[in-house]
Amino acid sequence: MANSSMSSWRWFHQLGSPKWFYQKSAKWLPWLWAITTMLLAFGLYYSLYASPVDYQQGNSVRIMYIHVPAAALSMVGYLSMAVCAVIGLVWKMKMSFMAMRAIAPIGALFTLITLFTGSLWGLPTWGTWWEWDARMTSELVLLFLYLGFIALHSSFSDRNKADRSAAILAIVGAINVPIIYGSVKWWNTLHQAYSVTKKGAIAPEMQTPLFIMIGAFYLLFAIMVIVRLRLEIINREAKSKWLQAEITL
Amino acid sequence: MFITLLKRELMLARRNWVAVLIPLFFFIMVVSLFPFAVSPEAEFLRQIAPGVIWVSALLATLLSLDFFYRGDYQDGSLEQLLIMSSPTQVALSKVVAHWLVTGLPLVLVSPLLAGLMHLNYSPDGILLERGHTPIMMFSLLLGTPSLCLLGAIGMSLSLGASRNGMLVAVMILPLYVPILIFGSAVITASLGNSGYNAQLAILAAILLFALTLTPFAIGRALKVAVS
Repeated sequence: MANSSMSSWRWFHQLGSPKWFYQKSAKWLPWLWAITTMLLAFGLYYSLYASPVDYQQGNSVRIMYIHVPAAALSMVGYLSMAVCAVIGLVWKMKMSFMAMRAIAPIGALFTLITLFTGSLWGLPTWGTWWEWDARMTSELVLLFLYLGFIALHSSFSDRNKADRSAAILAIVGAINVPIIYGSVKWWNTLHQAYSVTKKGAIAPEMQTPLFIMIGAFYLLFAIMVIVRLRLEIINREAKSKWLQAEITL
Repeated sequence: MFITLLKRELMLARRNWVAVLIPLFFFIMVVSLFPFAVSPEAEFLRQIAPGVIWVSALLATLLSLDFFYRGDYQDGSLEQLLIMSSPTQVALSKVVAHWLVTGLPLVLVSPLLAGLMHLNYSPDGILLERGHTPIMMFSLLLGTPSLCLLGAIGMSLSLGASRNGMLVAVMILPLYVPILIFGSAVITASLGNSGYNAQLAILAAILLFALTLTPFAIGRALKVAVS
């Protein structure tokens, strides 16, 4: 009993070891790249070419297939950063701080993509590329939160302090995100309501490519995080023997 | 213990009373810049008054944080304080002192700014019997403590950092959005003669929420700063 429960938690300890992760992720990456490329190619073909044109929005509806997955990941990214921050502060796992640091710029990038594609879509549909609408504004604030995190983390000379300080900020920010969203929503609303999984709100021949694209974006996000995390490991463990052996090979 | 800590903070502030007054001057000056930049027309000023007063209050709070944290951090007394008592108590004493010394005077001086922004005139230029000043003061009274609490997180986090100043603003301004929205909404609603109780209630709710949670974050951040 004790043995089985221990083995089921083993991955958690292993994940805490930079060496284990660095070596294993080198084996995962080619597979992840292959799956992601296929899924992304299929999803892009399906959504940009094979899916139907919207009777109101015309071809500009296709922007959604990039916009919605990027928006989902911009929020998931912040949340996962905060989860890493909690794990790092509570269990003092150094890998989790590294992951937190690795996620930040990628999450900010996805937020930027969301805002950019949103304004591309807004121009033909709403007649304006920017509107102070609730969801757009909270996405903008989310970008500011990411930038604040990156700014704080990069202004310490002591890496240990930088990690712990930025972790506190990530947690405070994550608690605030729903409050900011709620207050901005109260303040102004134009954006259409959430409809991705609502029954009947979106045609199945549009929903399927959207789900494929969301899946592909999740994988892409994971790959980017893993690659950055490997760089972070190289950066921080530069003095350790195993890494020097690994790199000189 | 808390009272002792608070007394200490207030005594330090009293001995540097000019430094403590600077945020207040800043608050008045920023607000009085707007007529120059936009238009001295009364109706126009009244429309932008809620936002201008709230943004200026927010910036004044943010810029006044430094005094209560930087000195103690640099001369090492922050470390001694944290050894002496719990981080939460140190955090709370600093926030309360900061509010008493800058937040409260800000609220008290705001009627002057209401006058500058023609807040107490009706749209046709008649002096109102019941102006919008009391409700503006009340919104600031409920909102500024939250500003102090959230700002203290950013300030304590930035203590050990090599560059600060702007850093605190970049971290904390996004978190100020809800307070800014509801704070200025109270005054706007009052100007439009509509109900403002809901907005006040939410400001109060934000304050209570911040009061229960932020001291732990501030305390933790202070500990990281001196570690």
